This record gives sequence, structure tokens and C-alpha cells, in this order.
Amino acid sequence: MADYKYTPADFKSDQEVRWCPGCGDHAILNAVQRALPEIADATDTPHNKFTFISGIGCSSRFIYYMKTFGFHTIHGRANAVATGVKTANPDLSVWVATGDGDSLAIGGNHFIHAIRRNVDLNVILFNNEIYGLTKGQYSPTSKLGKITKTSPYGTVEKPFNPGELVIGAKGTFFARSIDMEVMLTKECLVAGAKHKGMSVTEVLQNCVIFNDKTHAAFAADKATREENTITLRHGEKMLFGKARNRGLVFENMKLKVVTVGEEGYTLDDVLTHDAHERDTTLHTMLAAMKYPDYPVALGVIRCVEDDAVYDRAVERQVEEVKAASKIRCVDDLLRSGSTWEIK
Amino acid sequence: MNNANSLDLQDVVIRFSGDSGDGMQLTGTLFSDTSALLGNGISTFPDYPAEIRAPQGTVAGVSGFQVHIGSRRVNNPGDYCDVLVAMNPAALKANSKWLKPGATVIIDGDSITEEHLRRAGFETTDPIAELGLEDYNIVVPDITTLTRAALEGSGLDNKSTVKCKNMFALGICFYLYNRPFDHARAYLDSKFAKKNPAVAEANKRVIDAGYDYAANTHQFANTYTVAPAPLAKGVYRSISGNVATAWGFCAASEKSGRPLFCGSYPITPATVILEELAKRRDLGVKTVQAEDEIAGICTAIGAAFAGNLAVTTTSGPGLSLKSEALGLAVMAELPLVAVDVQRGGPSTGLPTKTEQSDLQQALYGRNGECPMVVLAASSPSDCFHYAFEAARIAMEHMTPVILLTDGFIANGSEPWRIPSMSEYPEIHPPVVDEAPEGGYMPYARNEKLARGWAFPGKVGLEHRVGGLEKHSLRGCISHDPANHQLMVDTRAAKVARVADDIPELKLFGETSGDLLVVGWGGTKGHLLSAVEQLQDEGKRISLAHFNYINPLPKGVEKALSGFKRIVVCELNEGQFASYLRQQFQQFDYGQYNKCEGQPFTVVELKEKFNSLL
Repeated sequence: MADYKYTPADFKSDQEVRWCPGCGDHAILNAVQRALPEIADATDTPHNKFTFISGIGCSSRFIYYMKTFGFHTIHGRANAVATGVKTANPDLSVWVATGDGDSLAIGGNHFIHAIRRNVDLNVILFNNEIYGLTKGQYSPTSKLGKITKTSPYGTVEKPFNPGELVIGAKGTFFARSIDMEVMLTKECLVAGAKHKGMSVTEVLQNCVIFNDKTHAAFAADKATREENTITLRHGEKMLFGKARNRGLVFENMKLKVVTVGEEGYTLDDVLTHDAHERDTTLHTMLAAMKYPDYPVALGVIRCVEDDAVYDRAVERQVEEVKAASKIRCVDDLLRSGSTWEIK
Repeated sequence: MNNANSLDLQDVVIRFSGDSGDGMQLTGTLFSDTSALLGNGISTFPDYPAEIRAPQGTVAGVSGFQVHIGSRRVNNPGDYCDVLVAMNPAALKANSKWLKPGATVIIDGDSITEEHLRRAGFETTDPIAELGLEDYNIVVPDITTLTRAALEGSGLDNKSTVKCKNMFALGICFYLYNRPFDHARAYLDSKFAKKNPAVAEANKRVIDAGYDYAANTHQFANTYTVAPAPLAKGVYRSISGNVATAWGFCAASEKSGRPLFCGSYPITPATVILEELAKRRDLGVKTVQAEDEIAGICTAIGAAFAGNLAVTTTSGPGLSLKSEALGLAVMAELPLVAVDVQRGGPSTGLPTKTEQSDLQQALYGRNGECPMVVLAASSPSDCFHYAFEAARIAMEHMTPVILLTDGFIANGSEPWRIPSMSEYPEIHPPVVDEAPEGGYMPYARNEKLARGWAFPGKVGLEHRVGGLEKHSLRGCISHDPANHQLMVDTRAAKVARVADDIPELKLFGETSGDLLVVGWGGTKGHLLSAVEQLQDEGKRISLAHFNYINPLPKGVEKALSGFKRIVVCELNEGQFASYLRQQFQQFDYGQYNKCEGQPFTVVELKEKFNSLL
């Protein structure tokens, strides 16, 4: 690594940021620009290797604000384009900026297949539970009954929980943050970048114009977040609340919220977070926790190293086959198999 | 192999047909490769059903493989056959219309049962009479019984025994046309040697049995010899259009120094290109079998952005799915080749049959003013050349290119004089390695109007591109009206300028005359045969055959003006004719069109041309 230490300014482009005032995207951009210098250091990645790919939607304008290589593609296809970029050049640090409409609706297929292949991409999934750029239609993460322009009487379809989708597709990394929690977002992104394989960091993001306060019930302010979310860290007890006396226990095949010192529960009963557990059961349960029955899980929920990382596996196979093959150039290829000579 | 009653022939067409599980494709291929090794001109045409195993014994389930061998260059797989091998009544029924007068029909006598006749839809117990084939040379060996007899004591179970019967038919044809066994034997040995040597032995024994049957029973009055064709000196191989396409990309990758990437989704009849490229890890080729057609092209676009020679391969319905992404490649001005191996459409259409009906989709099937280079290959072996050309133009002009082939040339094969890669030019993509003074402008252009290709990882060249309209130099988003007009004009001019970089149109025949036949793509073999035969008869007819569709090569207007009449022949309802009408409105274009899922026949073409002469 060069002696030079990058700063967030090294990743800011000269383009004027055009998201609405108060949009959660500003905070996410801030978190990413703060995370990259740390990632560059930790993963020995020079500036010229960072590449951001996006689809369509407010979130996808992201790439224009980053002073990195960037490709603003078409609706839903960011994960597919990014798969091509990363497979072509595994040395790049490839990031996907995408939203709930982009990756979970029109691009749902590419999203789950990129996860299944475990391509070493870092996906930042902006989840505001609405279509913002088209001005307020419900998305695949909108709550059941949500009234929007295309659901004037309320939706009659249940939402996806992105965490369940990622872990259900055997994703190796899933983290969740809230737009206002810049330091936590940064922490998740750094962890995701260090992870070998696909990382998905869902950021619960507020759309001030079309879906204001959609996450407010548990995320409105610091005090609310403290009581109604739980930040998971590998190896730490699953505790939350201002007094850090509430915790999660596993009882009757379910997670249960208890207060330490009440009803006979002690600190020993509280689960310790193991983000590295391969089994998906508990991670799925944690990702699925919904307010108000549970605190909403934040932080790195799942981080499992797996040797089968697509882009590296392709590269490795190329090297192995090259080493074993008699065909070393096109002239060899054209003359392989049955040929005959006319003299 | 000398036979006292051997007669010399210039041309022979044999059609092998049977149930789709009867091994007719293999039988035909072994006969064709054997003949290629003898130095004959060859052209083949597999004609198979969309179903892997359609109901046994039905006409729908008939699989055919036609091979045309000649003592001269062979341009096409032949319209009508001299010999029809029919492994059951359904195969006879499906193919009897393709018999030349007086042709030989070899049908498995064991298959002429009430059950088979019923399944094939015969109303009587005499299929020969019912089809009116009494005047043909009908040979009815009990192939199944004779195969069983030949394999008595071989220890093979009944199923494996019966599976060898296609080799009996091959043995008969080897006798009839004085072919040596070496290639077939060697093939069987290599195919089964490890897994099951007994099966290899059995197949070889059945070839002998078929040969001996034909030699001993005097059912065939004569045998025939087709002398080697006077082909140019060199090393030859047999090659199909799909394999040639894959290899052409490998060649372009080598000549440009850009690694080859293929993102594709399996689709008939294009899949073999992906399969072949997947084998080529040895040449550093990376393939992604994507989750769908859209991901196929999008992974390829990503790879192009990252600096690879990127291709995606598909057929008509898949090209429809790729339309939006093609527009992105136009807007981002990235090199990309999309291969469309055309099949009968619309919708799922006729997956295993050939057609040329995607031309206008290739030219126009996108939103916005979205010009793209379109090329078409015209024979199995020239798919190599046009794949190379498509990749060269894509990279040197920084534009997506659509390469059209079709089911006929993709699956067909012919002998190919193997070129040396030293005969092919280097490819020079406008790769940018360092920022010029004043900073890198992603949309600054060279004399070809190609923008620079600065891929991620290059120091100091960080930039953003995308599908939104671009500022004409900086590449950032611009909604400025004048800029949009400029960019629309520039993208069109960039594609038009490719005309400076491709060969001028050359006619087959004189530059003036009574009739100019116009064709494009995979119909060349048939059109050329028909035109040459009429030229031999003294007719004033020439052929203008197009491989470069957009832009058109130079010299088209001049070529069209030299003839009294023009007839545009295509396997669609007139898409290229409309295109020419739009570009050169002063001419009167006649049309000859066909949408039957089959290639033209030389006979029907000559008939049409004669009516215009």
C-alpha cells in the first residue's frame, strides 16, 4: 500500500448531489465516503480499483457522486453487470448501489443469483419501502396495507424482508443499518468489504417525500433506536436498551425478549451472537425480527467465510485448465481434433 | 474397396432419418467426416425436432441429417437426396418428398409393422404404394434382425444391441459409396474405449455387417465413387457454424490482447457457442452461464466495462430480452458482440428450424435512436471470419455489434481450410492507459469517432458512464437539448463510419446483366449454386450477397444499377428488401421469400430466376 492515506475527500466527485434535502441517501453517501479510506487500508486496495455499479432509482444516482470508476446501468441489472465486472477482473473492489425496487423487484432474479454464486461484490441495499424516483408507488418491501399512488386502498401483498431473502439464498454476509447511524453503516461496510464473497448491507433509509417516517417507529431518534433495535456484534451478548438489560433468549424454538434479572433470566441465558455460524436458522430469525414484537436487528447478522467465491473460482479454473491443456493459442485450437491435409 | 461396378459421380446427397433416439445425427456425421477425409467437398444439414425424444415412431419425432458430397466445391447440403435411409415408416413419410426421381430408399424392414405404420399415420399396410414410391429403388433389409444376428454372442443386452442398428445403415452406405471404415472405427474406439469397449466392438461389427449385407445380397446394382474435390492445398477440418463462431471470438481475443468473456443463457440453436467457449478455459476464456438472457448480456456489458472482449450469444427470443441492455451498450459506447443464431419466429416459434426473420429486430429493435453495427455470416466456416470481424469492429469502433447467423449454418458443417493466425490482422482497441493533459474525457473521440476505453484499475482514469444522456466530452449527465441532438448524430455517424473499414461489395458474376440476385447471410450457398448454374447455361445473372448489413458496404448503389431486374431473396417476408428500399429508393426490388423453417432449394430458386430472366 502506498504511504498516502486516503481521506473521504478523495472519494467525492465534483458532481452536485441532487437528492432531496433530508433524504437518507446523503447520510449513506457520507458513510461510504468515510468507509472507503479505511477499506483501502485494511484490504490494500488502491483508489483506482474501486468500482461502483448501480441500477435505476434514487439510490442508483449514487455512483455519480463517487470519484471512482462508476457505471450507472439499467433498471434491476446492477448485480448482473457487477458480476461481469468482478468476474472479468477479480482484483477490483466492486460495489453495487441499489434500492428495494431495483434489486428486489425488477432485478430480483439477478440479486438472488449473485448471492447464490457468492460473487465477491459489496451490495449496499437502500431500503425506503417505496419507489421514490417514479414518485411514490409501493415497492416489494412496502408494508402490507400501505397506501400509495398505485395502492390507493392499501396494498394486498406482503413485503419481502431483504435479510430473509439473502440468508434464504444462502448468502454469506448480511448486515443491516439505519441511514442516520453513519458510524454503524460504515462499520458494516468495512466488514462487508473484508468479507470474501458477496456482502449485502441493507440500510433502512428514509424517503422524506414519498414515505416519510416509514422506519420511524423504531428508528426516529437515538432514544427510540436504543430501545427498539439491537446492534449485533460477533461474540457479544445480544443485549439492547438504554440500560442494556434486555436481551434475546432462545426458547421453544423461538427468539424471546427478556429482561435480565426478571422472571428468573440471567445474563447467561442471553444468546451470544455468532455471525460465523454456517447454519442459517438463527440468522434468519434475527433478520426476521419485526418491531414491535422484537427489536429490529442491526449490525453484521451473518458473516460466513466460504471457499466457493465465484470470481476467484473461475480464475482458479482458468489457471488449472491452462496448465493442463495442450492448446495454448488459437493456432493450436484450430488444429486440434480431426484434420486432414490436401497436398 | 474397389468394386467392379463402380461408377463415378460428381455429387451425391444422402439423407439419414429415423426416430430422434436412433442416432441419425451421429450416422450422418460419421459419413460426412469420412468423406471429408477423402477430400470431397461437403455440406451438411441436420434437421431435427424440438423435442429431445418425441413420441417414438411418429412423424413429429423424425430426426434427419443430410449430407452432400461432391467432387467439386459444395455450396449447400443439397435439396433432394439420392439415397434416403429411413429407420422406420415415419422417417419415410417425413422425407419422401425430398427424394430425387429414381432415388434409392433404404428402410428397415423390421420397422414395417402395423404398430409403426399406425403411429406414422399410414392408412394401409403398404407404405411404399401409399406414398407412390413404386418407381424408386426400394431396399428393405431387416436391419434390426440383421443387427441382432451380427451381435449374437456379443454379450450385449437387447437394448444396447438394437442401438447399434444405425451402424448397419452406415455400413450399407459405406459400401455404396466406397468409403473406408478407418475414421468411423477410430471414432467409436475413442468414444467408447474407456467406458465400454464392448460397445465400440459391437458398433464396428455392425458396420461390417451392413457393408457385407450390401456387398453380398446384390440388392444394389452399382456402387459409386465420388472423387476428391480440387480444393486448395492446406490442412482442413470439418467445422460447424457455432463452433466457428466461438473460435472466431477466441482469435479476436488473441489478436487484440483483450481477454474473452461470454455471458449467455442456453437457447436453441445458439447454445453450442457457449458450450464451446466454456471449454476454452485453456485460452483464458471466462464464461458465465447467467440466470437469464438479460443477465447474459449484462454480465457481458460489465466485462466490457472492465476491459474484456465481451460477447453474448442467443437466438431471436433472447435478443428481444436483451434489447434494453443493447441500448445501454450503445449509450455507454462499449464494445460488445451479441450473436443471434436466428430460428423460426415469432415467440418460441420453430426453435430447431432456420429463418432470417430477426433482421429488422437487429437493426431497429430498441428504444430511442439506437444504431448498431449488424453483420451476417453466410456459411458454417465463414462464421469464424465474421465473428472475428464483429469483435474487431466492436473494439476498434467502441460499439456493440450484432452478428446474425442462423440455425442452418450454425448446425451445418463443411470442410474448412484452417487459416494460420498470422493471416489475420492485429486488432487495436483505443485503450487509454494514462490521462492526457487536462484530464481524461470519457467521450473524447478518435478519427473513427470511437471514444477511449479506460477500464477500472487504470490509475488516474476514474470516470462514470451510464445510460443517461452523456455530455459530449465529459460523459457526465446532460439534459441539454443541443447536446442530445449532437450525441444522437454522433452515435449514428460513428456507426456509419464503419463503412470506411469494411470491404466494398463484390458481385459474383458480371457487374451488369438481366437479373441481380440479392441475398444476405446464411442463404449464400443456395443462391450461389443457383446463380452459377444459370450462369453456366449462359444466363446474364449475378449475385450480390451481403455480410455487412449496417452499415452497408460501399458500392451497393453502383451494383444495383447494373441490372434490368433485382430480386431480393430471403427466408423472411422481405426485411432486407424493405431496408434496401429505404436506402436506395430509386430501384425496383422484386422479392422471393420463404418462411417454412427450411433453407431455400436450388431448384425453386432457379425456377424463380428463370421466370424473371
